[in-house]
Amino acid sequence: MGDFNVISTRAPRVDAAAKATGKAKYADDLSMPGMLYGAILQAPIAHGKVLNIDTSRALRLPGVKAVVTAKEAGLVKYGVSPARYDETLYAYEKVRYVGDEIAAVAAVDLATALEAVELIKVDYEELPAVFDMFESMKEGAPQLHDEFPGNITAEVHQEFGDTEAAMAGCDLVVDHTLLSKRQDAAFIEPHACLAYFDLDGKLTLHTSTQVPHYVMRTVAMVLRIPVGNVRVIKPYVGGGFGPKAEATPLEMSACLLARETGKPVKMNYSREQVFLHSRARHQFYAEMSLGVKKDGTMVALKNKALLDGGAYTSFGIATVYYSGSLLGGPYKLQAMKYDGARIYTNKPACGAQRGHGGVIHRAAFEQLLDKTAQQLGIDPMEMRLKNIMATGDVTINQLDMSSLGMKECLESVRDGADWYKKKGSLPKGKGIGSACGFFVSGAGYPIYRSDTYHATVMVKLSEDGGVVNVLTGSAEIGQGSDTMVAMIAAEAIGVPLDAVRVVSGDTDLTVDLGAYSSRQTLMTGHAVKEAAEHARAQVAEVMAEMMQCDPASITFKDGKVLFDGGPGKFEEIRKTYIKEHRGWTDPPGGDCLTFREAARMAYLARGTIVGTGKYKPPKLGGAYKGAAVGTSPAYGCSAQVVEVSVDMETGEVTVEAMTDAHDCGRAINRTQVEGQMQGSLSMGLGECLFEEVKFDSRGRIVNANLGEYKIATALDMPKVKSIIVESNEPNGPFGAKEVGEGAIMPTIPAILNAIYDATGVRITELPVTPERLYLAIKSKQEEK
Amino acid sequence: MKRIIQLTVNGEQAEVAVTPNRTLLQVLREDLGLTGAKHGCGLGDCGACTVILDGKPVNSCLVLAVQANGSEVLTIEGLAENGKLHPLQQAFVEKGAIQCGFCSPGMILSAKALLDENPKPTEHEIRMAISGNLCRCTGYQKIVEAVQAAADSKALQGGDS
Repeated sequence: MGDFNVISTRAPRVDAAAKATGKAKYADDLSMPGMLYGAILQAPIAHGKVLNIDTSRALRLPGVKAVVTAKEAGLVKYGVSPARYDETLYAYEKVRYVGDEIAAVAAVDLATALEAVELIKVDYEELPAVFDMFESMKEGAPQLHDEFPGNITAEVHQEFGDTEAAMAGCDLVVDHTLLSKRQDAAFIEPHACLAYFDLDGKLTLHTSTQVPHYVMRTVAMVLRIPVGNVRVIKPYVGGGFGPKAEATPLEMSACLLARETGKPVKMNYSREQVFLHSRARHQFYAEMSLGVKKDGTMVALKNKALLDGGAYTSFGIATVYYSGSLLGGPYKLQAMKYDGARIYTNKPACGAQRGHGGVIHRAAFEQLLDKTAQQLGIDPMEMRLKNIMATGDVTINQLDMSSLGMKECLESVRDGADWYKKKGSLPKGKGIGSACGFFVSGAGYPIYRSDTYHATVMVKLSEDGGVVNVLTGSAEIGQGSDTMVAMIAAEAIGVPLDAVRVVSGDTDLTVDLGAYSSRQTLMTGHAVKEAAEHARAQVAEVMAEMMQCDPASITFKDGKVLFDGGPGKFEEIRKTYIKEHRGWTDPPGGDCLTFREAARMAYLARGTIVGTGKYKPPKLGGAYKGAAVGTSPAYGCSAQVVEVSVDMETGEVTVEAMTDAHDCGRAINRTQVEGQMQGSLSMGLGECLFEEVKFDSRGRIVNANLGEYKIATALDMPKVKSIIVESNEPNGPFGAKEVGEGAIMPTIPAILNAIYDATGVRITELPVTPERLYLAIKSKQEEK
Repeated sequence: MKRIIQLTVNGEQAEVAVTPNRTLLQVLREDLGLTGAKHGCGLGDCGACTVILDGKPVNSCLVLAVQANGSEVLTIEGLAENGKLHPLQQAFVEKGAIQCGFCSPGMILSAKALLDENPKPTEHEIRMAISGNLCRCTGYQKIVEAVQAAADSKALQGGDS
C-alpha cells in the first residue's frame, strides 16, 4: 500500500505514558493559588417566567466573593450556529428546562458556593411545559421561544430527482419506522474548567473541551471581551464525543466570576449536571419508504425525521440536516426525498454526538434494507453489495465519494464472520446481522460563516538538537490526534517519531476548528504535512548551498541526511557542529549526517526555521438549500456483522461476536484506528441495548448517573474482529481520512438485524431492553 | 471539627486534618496533590477513583478519609518505580489500551489487584475484575489484551511485584 517510515505503524501514543502514570493533568487537576470555586443555580422547574431574583442572602454568606445573574452577564445571545443564537448565559425572562442556568456564585470553597446557591431566592410563575416532541408540535402546545412558533427549531425539505415518479416505477415499496430515545455521551470526565484574568485584562481559560477555537469566540462574544484577549487552553481531556464541542455555561460562568472577583475560578459539573447540560444525542423518529426493483436494485427513498432537541438549538440545525443528507450514500439511489423537523421541548438541549444525526436514520435504513431484501427473497448481504457506491461516485445529493472502500469493507466482514455459513443456519435464539454506514471526514464548512482556514499549523525546528516542534490549535481529546500530528510530521520531514514534540490545544498557537465532525486527521493532518514539508524544504535548501548540490537530490530518512541516496561528503559540516559543542561527550556520529546537524546549520544560516501549513476544503456541495451540511473533502465508510443470542424467555440480548471493517483511507496509526473502531462499537452497542435518559412527569431526569444510565462494561462487549481497509483517499494527507464517527454507523442496525434473524422480531423502538424485546417476542408468538 | 488521620500513601507516611465527611478521593487529590485518581461520578458507579486500600481495590469516592486512618493506599503514582513503568503500565502503553486516559489509573489499579491475587487470569476473569471500571473510549478490547500481556510477562518473570 505504501512505503512509510513512521506512519502506518503501531507506534505507542505520544501521551500514553503520561496517562498511565497519573502525570497527565485534566482540567479538574489544575489549581492556582487563591483559587475560588464556582457553582451554578439551575431552574428546578421545566418552564416558567422568572419574576424576581434575590441574591442578597447569598452575598451575605461568609466566604462568598461574587454572585452573578443576567444583570452582570448581559444578554448577548449565543448558540452554536449563528442562524440560531437562541440562548443567553443566564435566564432573564424564562427558564425553559429543569437545569436552565439562572445565576452563579464564587466562594472560597465548593461547599460554601453550593450553600450560597441554595440561598438565592427566585420567584417563578410556573408555565405549562411540554416534554414530548409529538405533543410539542400540536396546536396549543406551550411555546418555548416566541421567535419559533410551533416549537419548530428548524425544518428541512429536500428532494433530489422525482421521488413520486420513481416510486411509481418500483416493483416493491417497503416502509419502516424507528423511534430512539435521548442519549448521553457519558464521557468519563465531567466538564471542568479554570479561568483567570491577568491584571491587563487578558483572560486564560483552561477547559475540558473539544473546540478551544469556538469556545474562545463564544466567550469573547458573550462576555464582550476583545477576542485578542481571550486564550483558551485545553488540558488533557477525558473524552468528548460531541457534547464538549461547544462553549458551556460552566465555562462562561467561570470566566465571568473570574472577572468579577479578580481571582482564578475553578468550576466543574457534577455527573448529574453533565446529564442536565446534555448537548448530547437527540431523540429521533425515523419514517421511511424504500422503493426497489424486484432484482434488488434500490431506486427511491422517502425519509422523514422528527428530532426532539430540548429547550435550545445547540447543534440542532446541522443535526436535522444530517439525518437526511447522510442517507444519500453509501448506496446508489435515483431519487430521494427528505422532510425533517427539529422540535423544542422543555428538556435539556441536545447537540452533536458521535455520528451526528446520522446514527438512528442509518439504523432505520439498514433495517429497511434487510426488510426489503427479505420480501424480495434476496440475501441482505448480497443486496448491499449490489447497491453500494464505489470510489468516484457522487451521491444524489452531490456528496463526492473521492474514495470509498465500501465493497472491501462488506466483503471483509462477510468473509471474516463466515456470513454464508451462518446466515440461515443458526438455531432459534441466535442470529447474525449486517449493516453499512459512512460519515464525513470533517464538515465542509466552519460552524460560523467565514473564509477561515480550518486548520493552521506551525512547525518550529529547535535551534539545536533537531527537535521538530509542531504547534497546533487542534484538540487531542483521547482520539489520538496529537500522535497523528507527530507521526505525520515525522513522516513528512524524515525523522523518527521521538524527534517530534507536539504542543496543541491552545488558541494562542494556531487556528484549528477542533475535534468534531471527525476532521482532524484529514484537515489538521494536511496542515501538519504542509508545515513540516515547508520546514524541511528550508533545511534542504541550506544543505544544498553548503554541499553545492540540487535540493531535490537531498532526502531525509529516519533522522539521517542522504545526498543522492548516499552519505555524501559531509565531514566539514560535522566538524563545524562539533566545534560549536566543545565539551559535549555525545557528538553526532555514524556514516550519515544527522538531521540534528542539518537543522543546526539551517538555523545558523537563516535564523529560526519555521514552517507553516494551512488547510481549507475546496468549495463543496450542491447549490440547494442546506447543501453545505453533509459536504466533506472525504468520507470514511464502514461495514459490520454482528452475532447475537437472545434469551427467548427474558428478552435479554447478548452480543456474541462483532466483525468490523472500516475504510479510513490510510491508517496513520493502526493501533489507534482499531481503538477508535472498537470504541465506536461499544458506544453503539450501549445505545442500542441499554442507553436512555429518562424523565419524570415534571421534566426532571430520573437516571442522571452512570449506575442507572447504563453504558457498556467489559462484560457487555464481546471480542471484536477489527479489519482496516485502506482506499487511499486522494484528498487526505498520505491518503488518510476519518474513523472516529463513521465506525459507529453500522453498529445499531447490525445488532437489530441480528435480533431479527434470531427472533423474527423487527424492532421499531430503542433501546432494546429485555422487557421491550420480550414483549415483542410474545406479541409475535400470539399473532400466530 | 477536623480530625487528624495518618495513612501510608505509596509507601510514604501522610498526616492530614480532615472533616468527617471528607472522602479519601478528596484527600488524595486535594490535600496530597495526587491527582491520578479521578472524580468521574462521585457515586461509585464509574471506578475512575479506584485505588488499592490495604490490598483491595476500592472506589475512593465512597471511602471516608477517616476510614482510611492507619491504612496503606496505593495510587497510580505509586506504581512506577524509579521512573520505570510497572509491567501493567508498560502493557497498557504498548497495546493501545489508553485513549483519553481518564479511566486508566483506576483501570490499571483494578488490573493490578487482580494480578496480585490471580497471576494467570482467564479473559473472563479479567473482564470481571474490570467490570466496575467504565471506559467509553476503547471498547475494553485492548485493555483486556494489555492485562493479558502483563500477566504473561510477569509469569515469565516469575510473578514478582
